[in-house]
Amino acid sequence: MARTGSNRSAFPPDWWARGAWLLLLVYLLYAASHLELTPARFAAGLEHGARFLARLFPPDFRRWELLVKGMVESLQIAIVASALGTLLSLPLALLAARNLMPVWASWPARAVMVVCRSFHPVIVAILFVKAVGFGALAGILALTVASVGFLGKLMTEAIEEISLKQVEAVRATGAPFASVVTYAVVPQVFSRFVGFASYETDANLRNSTMIGIVGAGGIGGTLFAAFQRFDFDFVCAIVLTIIALIMAGEVLTVQVKKAFKA
Amino acid sequence: MSAALEREWRRFTPAERIGRFVVYFCVVAAVVASLRTVEVIPEFLYDAPEQIGDMLRRMWPVAWQHYPEGVHAPLVDSLHIATLGTVLAVLMAVPVAFLAAKNVTPQPALNYLAKLVLVAARSVNTLIWALFFVAVFGPGSLAGTLAIAFHSIGFTGKLLGEALEESNRGTIEALEASGAPWLSVALKGYWPQVRPAFWAIVLFRWDINVRESAVLGLVGAGGVGMALDTALNLFQWDRAAMILVAILAVVVAAEVATTQLRKRII
Repeated sequence: MARTGSNRSAFPPDWWARGAWLLLLVYLLYAASHLELTPARFAAGLEHGARFLARLFPPDFRRWELLVKGMVESLQIAIVASALGTLLSLPLALLAARNLMPVWASWPARAVMVVCRSFHPVIVAILFVKAVGFGALAGILALTVASVGFLGKLMTEAIEEISLKQVEAVRATGAPFASVVTYAVVPQVFSRFVGFASYETDANLRNSTMIGIVGAGGIGGTLFAAFQRFDFDFVCAIVLTIIALIMAGEVLTVQVKKAFKA
Repeated sequence: MSAALEREWRRFTPAERIGRFVVYFCVVAAVVASLRTVEVIPEFLYDAPEQIGDMLRRMWPVAWQHYPEGVHAPLVDSLHIATLGTVLAVLMAVPVAFLAAKNVTPQPALNYLAKLVLVAARSVNTLIWALFFVAVFGPGSLAGTLAIAFHSIGFTGKLLGEALEESNRGTIEALEASGAPWLSVALKGYWPQVRPAFWAIVLFRWDINVRESAVLGLVGAGGVGMALDTALNLFQWDRAAMILVAILAVVVAAEVATTQLRKRII
């Protein structure tokens, strides 16, 4: 029997959800106390923060040559790594696509991507710094690995979503495999690939400003050094430049996607 | 013969072709220019195999016995940092997302301001945020948690704002017509509509934050990265290998957990 008008609630309380929210709150308190995040520490920090902010401003652009050199290197690392990453991901994604390839080909290709994706670019950069020494090369290699992991996954998924009718049609004409790929697969995924590649270039640009912290080239090294010397006005200049560059990158990405209707 | 038959059909309009050509040209020019000017010392590449071999030899055997005393506690710290950071980020991102959504806040100036905040938060990398917070709060987990939180605002806020913009007007109008205050509109109008997207975004971000929390320690912001940094500075590659294996296990476990949860919740 349906309940009658007056005491029926439009939004009956969901006790399971309330219990879950309560559990989350308990966890938060526990985790905060475990990490010793106390209000007292926070308050002390705010006081530091005010002084710190005062030292950040005004930004100091006097050492702009150092700044430009680092930014250019970051940009170079991002561009080369994105290009290399895209070139390597294309064949790998084709190999990994389950709808075009047998299991013995797709499985190893997928494994390569998972391995590339599992470590943070900074950790990969540490390993490459050991392997090829300090400098831009380590950064390029580290970001290439990250790009292969990420782009490979996205591209594989895109290829697996294509319509097989066109593939069949091209195959029916007796076309060799290369022609099937060029005329039946690529036209279906090309604009999405452009979108992925430009997104990855954006991501690489962000990461290339950071890997310098472990010695893999780019502006990160300059930034870290400025922090350690307490040159906070120079730090501010660097960070403002990074934000400007990344925003410019995002605007450019939108334009590229528009050109390809991705 | 009619003119229609002689007409040449093309897939793209001239404007599209020019646009594409410009993009291709710029991409190739940028790659070539970068390749020619980037400072790479090829001599370093020659002994890379030797160096990698040396690294692997130093990593083996992996110092498993180091896990209970030196790795477990910081690893748990890292997970707490990732989770707390994600929750804080969501708390800060929700109001910004409401401001950024054009249908919720029909004020272009506020929309732009909110979007600027989101882009700025995203543009500064987690590690750079961590450097800032280490300078303010000193080394430790507090700096790491705040770094994760502030960087994640950009990502969660952007996606949440887009989810809000896609929400259906109908329910909202019904609530507003009944004279519901804005909190009721938000809780009973928008929240049920964006809930699946919300949990998907939170889980996805948490997964990313677990990875990021592992490297925060390299700049002194707490977690397992500090143990990794110490091991690397002392050239204890066997301990570093142990830590890398532990991080890998946690990252894989987090990915499996989020995939399973996503299936359940959404």
